[in-house]
Amino acid sequence: MAHLYEHLRSGRLQNACALHATVAIVLLTGGCRKVQEPKTVVDFWAMGAEGERALPLIEAFEAAHPAIDVRVQQVPWNAAHEKLLTAFAGNSLPDVCQLGNTWIAEFEALGALADLTDRVTASEAAGLIDPDDFFPGVWQGNVIGGRIRGLPWYVDTRLLFVRTDLLKQAGHADLPRTWNEWMQAMRDVQAIQAAGSYAMLAPTNEFETPIILGMQAGSAMLRDDGRYGDFGGAEFKRAFEFYVNIFREGLAPKDSNSMISNVAQEFERGTFAFYVTGPWNVQGFRDRLSPRLEGKWTTCPWPSPDDSWPGVAIAGGSSLVLFENSSDERRREASWQLLEFLAQPRQQVSFTLCTGNLPPGAKAWEQSGMRNDPLFAGFYEQLQNVRPVPPAPEWEHIVTGELVKRADAAINGRQTVDEALAELDQRVDEILEKRRWILDRQARLQQ
Amino acid sequence: MPQKTATVGARSYDGPSSGWWFAGPAVAIIAVFFLAPIAASILLSLTDFDIYALADWQNLRFVGLQNYIQLFHTYRFWVALHNTLYFVAIGGPLSVAASLGAALLLESKLTRLKVVWRTVFFAPVVTTLVAVAIVWRYLYHTKYGLFNLALTKLGFEPIDWLGDPHWAMPAVIFLAVWKNFGYNMIIFMAGLQSIPSELYEAAEVDGAGPARRFWHVTLPMLAPTFLFVGVTTIIGFFQLFAEPYVMTQGGPEESTYSLVMLMYEQGFRWWRLGFASAAAMTIFGITLAATLAQIWLQRKSGV
Repeated sequence: MAHLYEHLRSGRLQNACALHATVAIVLLTGGCRKVQEPKTVVDFWAMGAEGERALPLIEAFEAAHPAIDVRVQQVPWNAAHEKLLTAFAGNSLPDVCQLGNTWIAEFEALGALADLTDRVTASEAAGLIDPDDFFPGVWQGNVIGGRIRGLPWYVDTRLLFVRTDLLKQAGHADLPRTWNEWMQAMRDVQAIQAAGSYAMLAPTNEFETPIILGMQAGSAMLRDDGRYGDFGGAEFKRAFEFYVNIFREGLAPKDSNSMISNVAQEFERGTFAFYVTGPWNVQGFRDRLSPRLEGKWTTCPWPSPDDSWPGVAIAGGSSLVLFENSSDERRREASWQLLEFLAQPRQQVSFTLCTGNLPPGAKAWEQSGMRNDPLFAGFYEQLQNVRPVPPAPEWEHIVTGELVKRADAAINGRQTVDEALAELDQRVDEILEKRRWILDRQARLQQ
Repeated sequence: MPQKTATVGARSYDGPSSGWWFAGPAVAIIAVFFLAPIAASILLSLTDFDIYALADWQNLRFVGLQNYIQLFHTYRFWVALHNTLYFVAIGGPLSVAASLGAALLLESKLTRLKVVWRTVFFAPVVTTLVAVAIVWRYLYHTKYGLFNLALTKLGFEPIDWLGDPHWAMPAVIFLAVWKNFGYNMIIFMAGLQSIPSELYEAAEVDGAGPARRFWHVTLPMLAPTFLFVGVTTIIGFFQLFAEPYVMTQGGPEESTYSLVMLMYEQGFRWWRLGFASAAAMTIFGITLAATLAQIWLQRKSGV
């Protein structure tokens, strides 16, 4: 399997993918006979590139299940959330759907997601799906109130891309493992940087960095079952101060993402030594950076405020869910078969080869050969310690609508850290008012 | 023939029913697709309809004017209002002036190739706004943009058009004026063509130069056109959305964040439709007030 992965690395991704999928079709179709019955239709929505690149897997599934016809619809990421909610309101959700991890809580609150617990238990007994194979932090995000609502499809987390050569020049041979070491490394790098260059790039319009630092400091961000914001608490405050100081000390530019037109180019120039980003940039940087830079950069799991390395990060990525809105029992069964098929380690490998996405289970990491890739090693290590974001439907509003703005105000000195966090908590509490009302009513009804 | 029909109609008049048969289809369509949604959104603005209510109607609360009160207590509403008024107050007059200027140039006897110029000036109006905004984002680029190239060639400092909070709104206004002036230009041209040439000739005989002819003949004769153009421009400019949405996402530092963006964000991003409806009603009220004020001012000044 490792040689297939070499294709992926060398950019001949489609070849590797097609080859692997063909192998799967050959393996799976052995012994199948033509069925004359009308086919059961399963509607499947996939977002962005996955919708296109996962097609070989769908073909393999259809070959193995001749009685099922999977209709794949591609939904662009930036319209996906709106489209799903509109479909929910109009009762036209698909049978199977790819769902961003952070949306699971929201659709669970809507009552749209089928409970997969019993099906997964049965599948585990049959030796098909292995819940223990998934990274625990990723799996956790799919379980709400003890019920399984989704199966991880691929994972995604953010960590530090590091220019190790710059770090060495600044006198740091090793990657930082604690916040203190990291801060010292950034200061030392900044000391040797020219004007207009920095130690770090963390786009200020991205909420991930302050949230990850908050998690590392031990903050739950929301308290009382998501009734109130807890950003003013001591833990988050410690993380927020650390974050804001990076900018106030001039170790990172106070710009949002849009100001840097070509990140790979600037990374190569050494405009920054640390860059907070995700797995998609591994292949992106490999394609764009000149060979000169080979061996001079790596991916580095997060430092930690104490000595428990690596520091925790957000469990991102996508899951597969069943909306189970069809009254047709055969259709529901067929939908589950598709889900079960895609969640098995073997298909995770195919999917990884087709898309370059990180697989959600340890077996697929081994079998796809991704485990041996030095640039993904940092991600593998990081994925051992990831955690989902708080399961409140308002989470996205809180972080992209409010947190980013208050962080920007603190970074640019329009507010002190205390003022920014107090205002953040106040706004978050306003957003959560409805949630408090609903939770309290549910509690009353249960009494 | 018309005479006869009228008498026949009068004799067999059976109430307003025949009129309804003619107006019915149009009225029905307006009622279903226009009046009903407006009524629904007024009702919606008095509730806290959101994602929870979408799941279960029991999660819907009647909140009275709470959404409006909350809106007026939202800091970002005032930011958005300020930005939108800035855009309307500067962009509106600029746009009308550009339209009138272009119309006068095109109607001038000295202009050649009128059809070509008319097409060129009108082309931005029929071009997709999103495509235009993407192209203009490149024109405004700090390092590689055409505008900064021109500025540096002329010996000025380059401007960070879309990154500097002070320049972002002027940049958006410039784009909006360029995009929209062609439409009003056509209307002004129609207005200019309807001015009888005798008036100009009489003025000329009385000794009026070009400036005085413009001031005392053209402008007063264009008054009805001005009213129409002014009102439609104001209404259109209050709906600022796509330009900043594509080019700046409301930034930098919320300097291009508009009222409609606030409504869109609340309604379709956070799915707080009750609150978003209250914002929509407020935008409607503000636009209506601005339009009435403008009509009143023009009537009062006697043109």
